[in-house]
Amino acid sequence: MSSNLLRTMSEKVWDEHVARAVPGEPDLLYIDLHLVHEVTSPQAFEGLRAAGRTVRRPDLTLATEDHNVPTVDADGPIADPVSRAQVQALRDNCAEFGVPLYSLGDVEQGIVHVVGPQLGLTQPGMTVVCGDSHTSTHGAFGALAFGIGTSEVEHVLATQTLPQARPKTMAVTVEGALPDDVTAKDLVLALIAEVGTAAGQGYVVEYRGAAIEALSMEGRMTICNMSIEWGAKAGLVAPDETTFAYLRGRPHAPAGADWDAAVGHWRALATDVGAVFDREVRIDASTLSPFVTWGTNPGHGVPLSAYVPTAESFPEGPARQGAERALTYMGLSAGTPMREIAVDTVFVGSCTNGRMEDLRAAAAVIGGHRVSSAVRMLVVPGSTRVRLQAEAEGLDKVFTSAGAEWRGAGCSMCLGMNPDQLAPGERSASTSNRNFEGRQGEGGRTHLVSPVVAAATAITGRLSSPADLPPVATGA
Amino acid sequence: MDAFTVHIGTALPLRRSNVDTDQIIPAVYLKRITRTGFEDGLFAAWRNDPEFVLNRPEFDGVTVLVAGPDFGTGSSREHAVWALQDYGFKAVISSRFGDIFRANAGQAGLLAVTVDGDVVNRLWQLVEDNPAVEIVVDLPKSHVRCGDLVADFDIDDYTRWRLLEGLDDIDITLDREAYISTYEENRPSFKPATRLF
Repeated sequence: MSSNLLRTMSEKVWDEHVARAVPGEPDLLYIDLHLVHEVTSPQAFEGLRAAGRTVRRPDLTLATEDHNVPTVDADGPIADPVSRAQVQALRDNCAEFGVPLYSLGDVEQGIVHVVGPQLGLTQPGMTVVCGDSHTSTHGAFGALAFGIGTSEVEHVLATQTLPQARPKTMAVTVEGALPDDVTAKDLVLALIAEVGTAAGQGYVVEYRGAAIEALSMEGRMTICNMSIEWGAKAGLVAPDETTFAYLRGRPHAPAGADWDAAVGHWRALATDVGAVFDREVRIDASTLSPFVTWGTNPGHGVPLSAYVPTAESFPEGPARQGAERALTYMGLSAGTPMREIAVDTVFVGSCTNGRMEDLRAAAAVIGGHRVSSAVRMLVVPGSTRVRLQAEAEGLDKVFTSAGAEWRGAGCSMCLGMNPDQLAPGERSASTSNRNFEGRQGEGGRTHLVSPVVAAATAITGRLSSPADLPPVATGA
Repeated sequence: MDAFTVHIGTALPLRRSNVDTDQIIPAVYLKRITRTGFEDGLFAAWRNDPEFVLNRPEFDGVTVLVAGPDFGTGSSREHAVWALQDYGFKAVISSRFGDIFRANAGQAGLLAVTVDGDVVNRLWQLVEDNPAVEIVVDLPKSHVRCGDLVADFDIDDYTRWRLLEGLDDIDITLDREAYISTYEENRPSFKPATRLF
């Protein structure tokens, strides 16, 4: 398209994947990696079968079991017959069409967006799709990664391409440094509260600036993961030494001469100096503090030190009506300090915050404390590898000796598709990505938080940050 | 996919914004492996309330949904589109849609019509005043009509063409297979494969 002009990173990645471009039609975009799970794929495979088609590139396709699987007794058959049938359908489909699959019990099984990066399959400059909106997670590596529906899953299985209209570009520049106890999760919740849940629609977003560069790959994944929560098609971070150090030596990362060729290519992906974004947003990281949600969409966020807002503080019209509904659904009164909100459940996990760094951060806060007797705390590793690594580091013992439940890998209570659900009226502090009505179980109430706020909240029983905790006795 | 040209039907006024796909169909209803039968899950939590608009007898048989802004945000589940279709909806009118929902609707043949918020307000009023009033969704003319109201809507040319012709995207792409093969011949060798050899 504009190959001789200054380009942003996402435009470079896009241009590299256009298999066919005709004015007035969507570009035909080649897909480097197609991730598949049990919930959004059965009808796609059925469509292939009905049309007598095959999977064009099973070698660029990978399936795992994550959304509906139980996180206890993973070795036995799945108790729920409907869930079991859906998982069995994935196994049958992968066998029939030759798609590699990591099943329950396999060391590589886990949440699809945790598995891709930890295998080194997610690499800079790639196009990555999955029938899951949090595919944006993979953008942390400088990949163009976005969620698709089941019809598009079938399209990619059959053709390894997708017709796609070229999106607009946006830069979110985060200057300064995050204060202590303020994490990538707080940053992205603050961003969404600032710009609103629809601000990203039609855009691919590049997160940049000193605060983003200072983040680990895990932190970048948390930010990119929640791009969809403000409507963005995808979110990317430019690959740098942090990215290369994470990838080097992973099972699917390039090796030898390929590694050098790849790194040379990856370095050239950065947005050209002087390239123009269609929209720019700026945030000063140094002004941020722990952030939590009070309402029923991820834009309903406030600092933990703040209060439940009044509906009248929202503009008249849909936003105010939505806030009124949210206050009622959440059972909250305007003016209540966020720190006074008591929870029944704490969930640490999900593709947003279920990686090693997240578990280490939560364990560091929990260590030496007890989970409140009024709280059930679930810790659900994002993948089996994460579970095994955490156990090797003794984190499982830190959690269980504090009174938390240590589980097997999966999506779990993030979406309440397996038995890990809130009961009606129950309230959670959750490290996941969505506080929608009923997301974690019908009638359940969700407050989105960072892993360290989740851990502190589990101890006090009320929304809290580590700074609110009493000191741990020495020798603990 | 069936072609979509002009649809005429009664409408459901859903005065809610940010109706995410978890509201349209909660995750526990996503375990079916068939392509049909999702109508039970449509707005499942809200339908427990006898006063919910979809439970009211005057809205039996509706085929057009008129919803507040940011309809279909959140999860990529195409089941949200299927649940609406399985219930009998042919078109959804809103001032703004989640991108993935809109793409899924275009794939499955549910027309997602984007109009100004003002038009949504007027349609709500017209339908609430007279639930029997019919809304005309006219894709060839790219407008909706209801009583005296005529409002143009935007839809990208490609989706419009596919819906009008009832074309299968995969057939279109497979006709262009030569482009895909050419592209594959030039992919860099360092790109990963999902199997280790």
